[in-house]
Amino acid sequence: MLLTIRSLTKSFPGTKALDGVNFDLVAGEVHALLGENGAGKSTLIKCLTGAYRRDAGEIRLDGRAISPGSTSEAQDLGIGTVYQEVNLLANLTVAQNLTFGREPRRFGLVDGRAQKRAAEEMLQGYGLNIDVGRDLGSYSVAIQQIIAIARAVEVSGKVLILDEPTASLDAAEVAMLFDVVRRLRDRGLGIVFVSHFLDQVFALCDRLTVLRNGQHVVTERTDGLDRLALIHHMLGRELEAVETQGHAEGAGVQKPEMLRFDGMGRAGVIEPFDLKVRRGEVIGFAGLLGSGRTESAELLFGLRRARTGSARDTDGPLTIDTPQAAIAAGFGFAPEDRKTEGIVADLSIRENIILALQARRGWARRLPRAEQDRLAAQYIESLDIRTSDAEKPIGELSGGNQQKVVLARWLAMNPRFLILDEPTRGIDVGAHAEILKLIGRLTEDGMSVLIISSELDELVVAADRIIVVRDRRHVRELTGADLTADTILAAIAADDSPDESSGKNPVAIAAADAPKTAKEVR
Amino acid sequence: MMRSLKRVAPQLLTLVVLAALVSWFFPGFLRIELTDGRLVGPVIDILKRGAPVALLAVGMTLVVATGGIDLSVGTVMAITGAVAASALVSGWGVPVALVLAMGAGLAAGFWNGCLVSVLGIQPIVATLILMTAGRGIAQLITEGRILTFTDTGFGFLGSGSLMGIPVPTLLWVSTAVLVALLMRRTALGLLIEAVGVNRRASALAGVNARGLIIVVYMASGLCAALAGIIATADIRGADANNAGLWLELDAILAVVIGGNSLLGGRFSIAAAVLGAMIIQTINTGILLAGFPSEYNLVIKAVLVLAILMIQSPHLASEWALIRLQAERRRTVRGQEGTR
Repeated sequence: MLLTIRSLTKSFPGTKALDGVNFDLVAGEVHALLGENGAGKSTLIKCLTGAYRRDAGEIRLDGRAISPGSTSEAQDLGIGTVYQEVNLLANLTVAQNLTFGREPRRFGLVDGRAQKRAAEEMLQGYGLNIDVGRDLGSYSVAIQQIIAIARAVEVSGKVLILDEPTASLDAAEVAMLFDVVRRLRDRGLGIVFVSHFLDQVFALCDRLTVLRNGQHVVTERTDGLDRLALIHHMLGRELEAVETQGHAEGAGVQKPEMLRFDGMGRAGVIEPFDLKVRRGEVIGFAGLLGSGRTESAELLFGLRRARTGSARDTDGPLTIDTPQAAIAAGFGFAPEDRKTEGIVADLSIRENIILALQARRGWARRLPRAEQDRLAAQYIESLDIRTSDAEKPIGELSGGNQQKVVLARWLAMNPRFLILDEPTRGIDVGAHAEILKLIGRLTEDGMSVLIISSELDELVVAADRIIVVRDRRHVRELTGADLTADTILAAIAADDSPDESSGKNPVAIAAADAPKTAKEVR
Repeated sequence: MMRSLKRVAPQLLTLVVLAALVSWFFPGFLRIELTDGRLVGPVIDILKRGAPVALLAVGMTLVVATGGIDLSVGTVMAITGAVAASALVSGWGVPVALVLAMGAGLAAGFWNGCLVSVLGIQPIVATLILMTAGRGIAQLITEGRILTFTDTGFGFLGSGSLMGIPVPTLLWVSTAVLVALLMRRTALGLLIEAVGVNRRASALAGVNARGLIIVVYMASGLCAALAGIIATADIRGADANNAGLWLELDAILAVVIGGNSLLGGRFSIAAAVLGAMIIQTINTGILLAGFPSEYNLVIKAVLVLAILMIQSPHLASEWALIRLQAERRRTVRGQEGTR
């Protein structure tokens, strides 16, 4: 066993990013590391490369316990990493990059000729025929990627971690890179491959490990594993604890229609889709990361401007081109990334709760302090937010309690349509069940809720209707008896896309585009 | 009330220590006399001379609270001074001169705010543009000369006094009080802080972050205009090259001495103007204490460093640790003593 990780644990304030994770890497294998956002992949890699200090657990390399304190220490130990964004210096030559920090010297000066020779030797066996004297930046990303690999192998030589190396490569370049990786594997390196492209994982990797919510889910050989089972592992079904409340058959049909979106779309983001929202209904968006489920919600909330389509309610057309307009129309949106988009960390719980309400009232009409205190106390009580007092900065709360405060912010607005993107991500089981119950209570009062979630059982429990998003399209709508995790999984994994002629697998395409999706800040 | 007092306690304490220090070198420091119906004394002088930096600090605090910075305020002082002076020289009268100068300040702020919030240029770069170009604009207005005027009505704003108190002092104190009240009696303060801490989350909650950012730069421009008016009125002339020169740095320093984070978020205008008074006390104090003038900048730097070190959060935890250890040692010794 080349690399052994046992019960690795790493916590950040409010979340447990890694919880007793085990991982094994054999010399001469390519081992895929898979999981949705927040599963703990990058934390695991950062613990390995010394960027983070682990809280507990053991890492053994060649049977020897190691504890890298920095990336250079990890490199010296034999663990090299290549990232999606090549972290070499584009304005230096290939040779300078390859020998950086270890330049051959002659009389105390860098020996240019020896440097070139050393670089050419390093690149042997990588199938590259390039001039090492030219600037790195003049070569394509794929070649830069291979040069980065060559450098990492030269410097480290035992374990090579490839963090989404193919995200910005085309098919031919991917093939070239894979040749290099296979050759390195045959030379006896242990290679960790992180990617969202499932078909690449199946094409290249010998084994794979799936992480979810900071926990090790499964390690299996890739041959013999089917795509459906893998997606099943990645999305997870761990809501067994929550009681499955039966959906009243056909109840959704009787509810009156409240909102209607026609042909909402934006090129390159999400294909035009229609959505009808009934009063008191819970709609679920299911799909893999980057499938377009979050982007759909962002369009509905005006966070991204829809290029096509229109919105209307029973009174007439609505113009929703900014969050402010959406809020004025009675919408609310609790985003997926709580830390960067949800909470305002330095402000108190009270201020976070009243923020949206105050923004709607306008700056001149300050919410009286007594009213602020009353609202804060009310929601701390009704949502059971665990805090010593309302004046505590929200950043000091745990993830679940932060999420409850963000929910409280929207509930204080009394919206008619509330969008919750991954409302239960990274929060503990108890808070998880509470939030689901809360959603149930809200819809009884007539509020309509849209939930986006990676956890299928959560969707099945909460939603009256589920829309499956794949490859930036809304592909299926499931209701009634079809509302099971299995049918959702089948719809997500289905290969029956009409644009199959493009030759790429829709799941892989959808998943792969995710990291590149730039979010617009307004 | 108690909470805001606690917030400015470090700045007040620093002022007291500085006053004691200067008094030691110059015993008459705290003496205030009434001559010709005016209060006279070193402290009054500080309150008057510190006016431009205090005014700039008020606007700068708001900009810094959004996570921005405004390097152009010194230059805007020069522009607005030039505008006011040329209006007076052209014989348009004091009210027109004031309106034009303040309008120029607001326009400068609007320009900065648009660069930062609409085009998304980094604040330090966006305001650097006007910082560099602005002196040229001021020179164009004054046609390269020092534009002097004799209007005593306008001069009153710089060197007059009301009820014995210098007019510049009244101006900066009332501006600071008004802006602080505006921030805390309305929701502006909260919204600015929210944008400063997390612009995206605030925008998602419906806060008009773009508009607020433009507004704070305009407020900064307006404060700079007031400072420029005072500086111009004081010397009864507009000097495009030297008016407000480097004062943006003093203003930023005042904000920082006031304990406001340059990363944005929570802010205190009171603490910032106290910071401005601390800077002016150092400037005046060094002169009064009779050090040769070539020592001034070095002594000022050492004092500022000391003030910032005392406020350093890193050192604060060290202090706490040292104090804890000392206490423990004392209790141990105490127990041994009783034994």
